[in-house]
Amino acid sequence: MSEETLTLMTWLIPAGPLLVFFIITLFTNRNRTLSWTLAWAGVIASLVLSWTVVANMVGLDVHELAHHPVQYASSIDWLPFGPCPPQEGGNCTLWLDMGVAVDALTAIMLFMVPLAVFMIFVYSVGYHNYGQPRGMIKGVPNHGQEDPLFSRFFALMSLFAGAMLVLVVADNLLLLFVGWEIMGFCSYALIGFWYARDYHLQPGDIPHIPPRQAARKAFMTTRIADVVMLLGIVLFYRSFGTLNFNEAFTLHGFEHAIAGIGLGGIALMPLLLFTGTVGKSAQWPLHAWLPDAMEGPTPVSATIHAAAMVSAGIYMLLRIFPLVAVSLENNPEVGWIIAGIGAFTALMAATIAVAQNDVKGVLAYSTISQLGFMIAAIGVGGYIAAAFHLITHAFFKALLFLSSGSVIHGMEHGAMHVHDHHTDPQDMRYMGGLRHKMPVTFWAFLIGGMALSGLPFITAGFWSKDEIFAHAYHEFTHGNPLGLVVLVMLGLAAFLTAFYTTRQLAMTFAGKPRTPLAEHAHESNKFMTVPLVILAFFAIVLGWLGIPDHFLGQDLGQINFVHHFVLTTIEEPMIELHEAGLTPIDVHEEITWSWVPLITSLVVALGGIGAGWLVYGRKPLQKEQPDPLIRAFGPLHTFLNRKWYWDELYHVLFYRPTVWFSETFASEWVDKGVVDGTLHAIANIVYAIGRYCKRFEEVVISGGVDKIKDGFLYFARESRLLQSGRIQEYVLYSGLIAVALAFMMLFVSIYGGMEWLRGLF
Amino acid sequence: MEFFSDNIINLVIFFPAIAAFVLFLIPDDAKNTVRRLALVFSLVPLVLVIAMWLDYNANFRGLPGFAFEYQAEWLPLLGSTYHVGVDGITMPMFLLTTLLTPLAILASFNIEDRAKLYMVLFLIMETAMLGLFASLDLLIFFIFWEFGLVPMYFLIRIWGSADRVYASFKFMIYTMAGSLGLLLSIQIIGLATGTYDIPQLYDLWVNLSGGTLPVVGLSTDTVKWVAYIAFVIAFAIKVPIWPFHTWLPDAHTQAPTAGSMILAGVLLKLGAYGFIRLVIPMFPEQAHITAYILAIFGMLSIVMGGYAAFGQWDFKRLVAYSSINHMGFVVMGIAVMAFVYGSAYNVPEWTGDAIMATNGAVFQMFNHGLSAAAMFFLVGVIYERAHTRDLKKFGGIWTVLPVFGSILIFTSMASLGLPGLNGFVSEFMVVRGSIGIFPLYLALSMLGLLMTGAYILKGIGATLHGPTKPEWQSLKGQDMTLREHLVIWPLMILMLSLGLWPQWIVTFINDTVVWLFS
Repeated sequence: MSEETLTLMTWLIPAGPLLVFFIITLFTNRNRTLSWTLAWAGVIASLVLSWTVVANMVGLDVHELAHHPVQYASSIDWLPFGPCPPQEGGNCTLWLDMGVAVDALTAIMLFMVPLAVFMIFVYSVGYHNYGQPRGMIKGVPNHGQEDPLFSRFFALMSLFAGAMLVLVVADNLLLLFVGWEIMGFCSYALIGFWYARDYHLQPGDIPHIPPRQAARKAFMTTRIADVVMLLGIVLFYRSFGTLNFNEAFTLHGFEHAIAGIGLGGIALMPLLLFTGTVGKSAQWPLHAWLPDAMEGPTPVSATIHAAAMVSAGIYMLLRIFPLVAVSLENNPEVGWIIAGIGAFTALMAATIAVAQNDVKGVLAYSTISQLGFMIAAIGVGGYIAAAFHLITHAFFKALLFLSSGSVIHGMEHGAMHVHDHHTDPQDMRYMGGLRHKMPVTFWAFLIGGMALSGLPFITAGFWSKDEIFAHAYHEFTHGNPLGLVVLVMLGLAAFLTAFYTTRQLAMTFAGKPRTPLAEHAHESNKFMTVPLVILAFFAIVLGWLGIPDHFLGQDLGQINFVHHFVLTTIEEPMIELHEAGLTPIDVHEEITWSWVPLITSLVVALGGIGAGWLVYGRKPLQKEQPDPLIRAFGPLHTFLNRKWYWDELYHVLFYRPTVWFSETFASEWVDKGVVDGTLHAIANIVYAIGRYCKRFEEVVISGGVDKIKDGFLYFARESRLLQSGRIQEYVLYSGLIAVALAFMMLFVSIYGGMEWLRGLF
Repeated sequence: MEFFSDNIINLVIFFPAIAAFVLFLIPDDAKNTVRRLALVFSLVPLVLVIAMWLDYNANFRGLPGFAFEYQAEWLPLLGSTYHVGVDGITMPMFLLTTLLTPLAILASFNIEDRAKLYMVLFLIMETAMLGLFASLDLLIFFIFWEFGLVPMYFLIRIWGSADRVYASFKFMIYTMAGSLGLLLSIQIIGLATGTYDIPQLYDLWVNLSGGTLPVVGLSTDTVKWVAYIAFVIAFAIKVPIWPFHTWLPDAHTQAPTAGSMILAGVLLKLGAYGFIRLVIPMFPEQAHITAYILAIFGMLSIVMGGYAAFGQWDFKRLVAYSSINHMGFVVMGIAVMAFVYGSAYNVPEWTGDAIMATNGAVFQMFNHGLSAAAMFFLVGVIYERAHTRDLKKFGGIWTVLPVFGSILIFTSMASLGLPGLNGFVSEFMVVRGSIGIFPLYLALSMLGLLMTGAYILKGIGATLHGPTKPEWQSLKGQDMTLREHLVIWPLMILMLSLGLWPQWIVTFINDTVVWLFS
């Protein structure tokens, strides 16, 4: 296919879902069948276009690709931004361009996003009980019935997918930000999809906040990050003179920027932009929104956690990787901050996940933890390791979420069967023995769980995590102590990951049903199980594309497809920058084979799975039996179960002061107290003067003037515009005084008389 | 045809006033006739402005100076002429005014009390606003400035809510107080230079320096400073810039729906327009020196406006405070313009920054006009049905009014500055322009941008979300009427189209702004 065709196709990738959003919203929202068919059509169109583009990219020679990393790019003038700089003549208009570009990094995202989204769309049709009797109450889950807002769901999901695709194909930071923020809106609308839902919690239940609050929390938390990121974007634009990644990230671009704002300014930029990632990818300290985002329907959770949203944060950080790399040369603390936050979040979230009982809650914290892995990897320069883990994680996490949704669906079915509307169908303590009730779901969950745990050699999660460990270890052996910190913390996190995943699998599927809900659960419909099978396939085989070239010290040739392919994105500019002494990272440096990271991977994965099996799998929990960890850890378990109390802390530290500052300080004290108080005082003085003048007038001047005044009042009364006597005098006198004063000033200025008045100036 | 094209600007400005006079002749009780006629009349200037737009685009784009100029003898004794004209900054304001007036009139079809007087006042106000935007003479400018106050005062005073007396009075007196200094300064400028013609004053007044002014006997410098401060205060009250803003929430809360639409949509822009058209070009030195103060107050408007909006429980007050928050960005852009325009050094990067910031400020004026008018209208729609604006009393409205709910969310998102919609583009432009000049104040104002999200979500959440309260079940089936759709859709279409493709309007602004800075 010609390059023009492929470029045009790239433009059209996000178009389908975006168009479908408008079509469903405006026209077909009453027809459910048509709505979901259209949504499928939109995303299938994206899938076909994306994969065509990807197939063409993959077909290219990697060396050639390295010379021309950007293949299908074009842009259009979007916003005029003043005149051209003098060196270009100065007579034309300077434009901010909007465009698309496909390089290897984009390509792997284009492989993953539409596929994952399509699977989720297929699943959603079943999840919302298409074809069942229609539910009657809008804005709450109607168990076992078709959702009354079925069409709205697909419209918003299409917009979500379209926004993610815009972000992926964007060739500049601003268009990326557009997709980024629209996704923020979609997540808000979809987390709060059941906007009318309220919980009536009993003691001992898993604490839930209503979806509408969760939605607001998600939007506001990410917005904290986004406003900082916006500063980063404009600083980027001002320093590089462009927002286009490929124009900015050249030797020339960096020299220009360094000349403008200096090395310190360059180091500030990745931190400002990284703040955006911290919010979007739910890293500490802005991680608290993601677990609550579970209040949305499960397909939404899967979209947020796998295909879009949180992946966007990592993707953006990968996009600006040369910026991070250049900062590291003079400001290694940038690396410490990024890797530190990533590694800390990975470990913290893993500890929390160990003590959660909500089947989706565990997964939510596992996402936070896994994203921490990727960010830690980027902090130590592991560009490819992070990209690889991003893709594998997206597949197995989508799989896990959809499986857990299937479990919940099955439990809800059980709940309806036994007419129990109080037991939380998401609480793993009430599950057990689902393996035989839901075999497809069980196998899917098992594959996803093992990929997440990093079960050696088979699963994708193993290979991508191993690459992160290998990179961290490599950094450490080359004199960067940060590598060791990352290796140790991520190793611990990986151990916990394997442990809590095994715990989750055991609590859900092993043993005997612990409640009538689990007793009467049954397998979900085909719409839901088929996507599980497809995703499970990718959760395994994708890892094989990233087996190290020198695995086990053997020379296996160039089998690490992911490495060689993704590297082309930044290879040339990074080499150029490295040779110019602007970055310490040399992308051509071979990562020497070592047993240390491999053994780490093996030990933590197998150790974690084994420990989990010993505690939860060997003797599955019995009915009413408390979690063995509660006895073992006591208050520490409570601390973890309550998520380190971050929510409570933020509530006291930020939310309450903000409300006080807004409602009491800004509105009452400042506006009504100080500002209006001053105004009223001035008004009272003027009023007093007016009264004095009135008395003066009554005593001294009477008769004729009175008549004029009466005339005024008569007019006023007649026109009924001024009804209150006091106010009317008020207006009259103030107006008269104002006019008199004005004329006096005019008189003064014209005739220059009244020397005494002039002294006033 | 020649006559028509020469006089099109006068036709645009005075047609509404003539229409108001015609309406006046219709009997009071023919309310429907009055309404429809008023709507049809108000569409005429819109059509004319579109014609002007196309003509401008074809013949005047990129040329320095003003288009459609018209000058006539008026007060030769004082050296004042009737001088009007438009440039790329005026054109968007013309479009905004002529677009919002018919929509406001359409939104007011349900006014039963003295409907004729109401429509007449709206049309008179349109003339005042258009005249002000086109004025190229200081005295004419001032007359239109004062002229616009009166109809709005009566609109609030007669058709307002419970506390309308206090609010209308505060609005009137506060603005008048600002005008006082403005009038005086205009007189001094006129006397010192012998002309009130704005394009001439850009030269004469600016280059007047040293010595004492003959007529007032004060040093030129002092007079310039005093006049500058008087100008700034007059326009700062109108924008309004924090802390001159407290008239605004009161006026908005009490004004009828359409009054709020015009007040937020156009009248606030008069202040910002005054800064761009008069203050900065006529007082470049003073503006340069005090630009950082303006930036600080812009920042305070953004931040304090945002917080105060979040603190409101009256939906209309919340939207009113959002205007202060949004106009803060206009002020920030103007501050950058002020800093660079009057700077003695020619730093190319600064000029680039200033062009972007000024473009952004003007575009933000237009965008805020759309979104604020739409927000006030929607608050009016729900108020008509629920008879309350108390956010604590709402809850679950989305279920009973699904279309209204979705439109409210769309409009709120435009107001919030969601990328893809118009507000984001202009905010981005201002932020981009300010980062190099006022990085600290800009960074602080990000706090206000954060609060924008907070109060918008508060508004949506409190009205639409949650289980439907029993008292609102009766609203079922009372979703938006065709007339209400006709009001909101043009605004929504513009919000989306400007968000996706802003250049059809920004190129106009950019051409003129580039010329200003060259």
